[in-house]
Amino acid sequence: MTFATPSDLTIAMAIAGAALATYSLRLGGLLLAERLPKNGGFKRFMETLPGTILLSLVAPGIFSAGMLGGVAALTTALCAWKTNNLLLAMIVGMAIVAVGRLLL
Amino acid sequence: MIEEMRRGALANLPVGASVAAYGSVLGMLAAQKGLTWLQLLVMNLSVFAGSAQFVMVEMWAPPLPVVEMTLAVLIINMRYLLIGASLDPLFQGKSLAHKAGIMHLVADENWAVTMAAYRHGDATTGFLLGGGICLCSVWSMGTLLGHQLGALVVHPERFALDFAFVAVFTALTVSMWRGKSDIVPWATAAILAVVAERWLPGKWYIVIGGIGGASIPALPSVFKSRKEVHATPPETASVRPITEKTK
Repeated sequence: MTFATPSDLTIAMAIAGAALATYSLRLGGLLLAERLPKNGGFKRFMETLPGTILLSLVAPGIFSAGMLGGVAALTTALCAWKTNNLLLAMIVGMAIVAVGRLLL
Repeated sequence: MIEEMRRGALANLPVGASVAAYGSVLGMLAAQKGLTWLQLLVMNLSVFAGSAQFVMVEMWAPPLPVVEMTLAVLIINMRYLLIGASLDPLFQGKSLAHKAGIMHLVADENWAVTMAAYRHGDATTGFLLGGGICLCSVWSMGTLLGHQLGALVVHPERFALDFAFVAVFTALTVSMWRGKSDIVPWATAAILAVVAERWLPGKWYIVIGGIGGASIPALPSVFKSRKEVHATPPETASVRPITEKTK
């Protein structure tokens, strides 16, 4: 029984390792940014970064959802643009995909 | 601060429903792999990163490959280096303890919601923290429910719950738009991300798309002569960081 399940020590090490790795990246990024120059190219880079990260987060998801994903994403974007309502935009996008998958 | 946290928590509730549903799927998988609910809870609170936790549970078989697991988590979460860096203006003037405390609860979702609110001038570190607490709570509740009772929704795709994340991030991306100057960086980011997601494992596509796109506006200064760069006075920030406007 005991050799069939991982030992408490390795479980603790696995979780602690993952926690430490993740936290170091989170705090490390912030502390690193403080030390970067705040002018010229770097400044423009940092100002553009939030938008490009967000877009990179979603682009493959939209792309892999195909035509349906494209239509849903476009409608979501339009809805967000017009209403500025995150919840509504999300529901509209999900509804299009759910109905689309049911029918197609 | 409390009022800011409350606003942040509320702003993250829409996506929170989807987070809970996916949490329940993770909880169910974790139970199958023999994790106890307590181990899962400790993982939720200490790691707090959805996709990394899915990979950990996937790799969960005795003897635990601790080194490989840590490396996998490091690679999947590499994007947090960029996400952390992009929060620098929000944390301007805050103490190290304040930063160290709040950064732990930064996930993709509350980061995105906060950055969008920041563009409109109404986000603070309290807002970010409130969102993190909200997400960590629903994530933990979802995983524990899934662990005890099985997944709330066995095939989240059927209800387009997978698209919930895409929809939320799409809506938030809209509020990041600054004008025509974003066209080329954004197109670059999108293409790089789609291509990288095809060919590279894990979450490299976020790092590659993010850096690739943001490098475009940074490029001209590389080609400019030194003299020219020095001749231009330091630009004044077009968007003034609004920290501590409200308590």
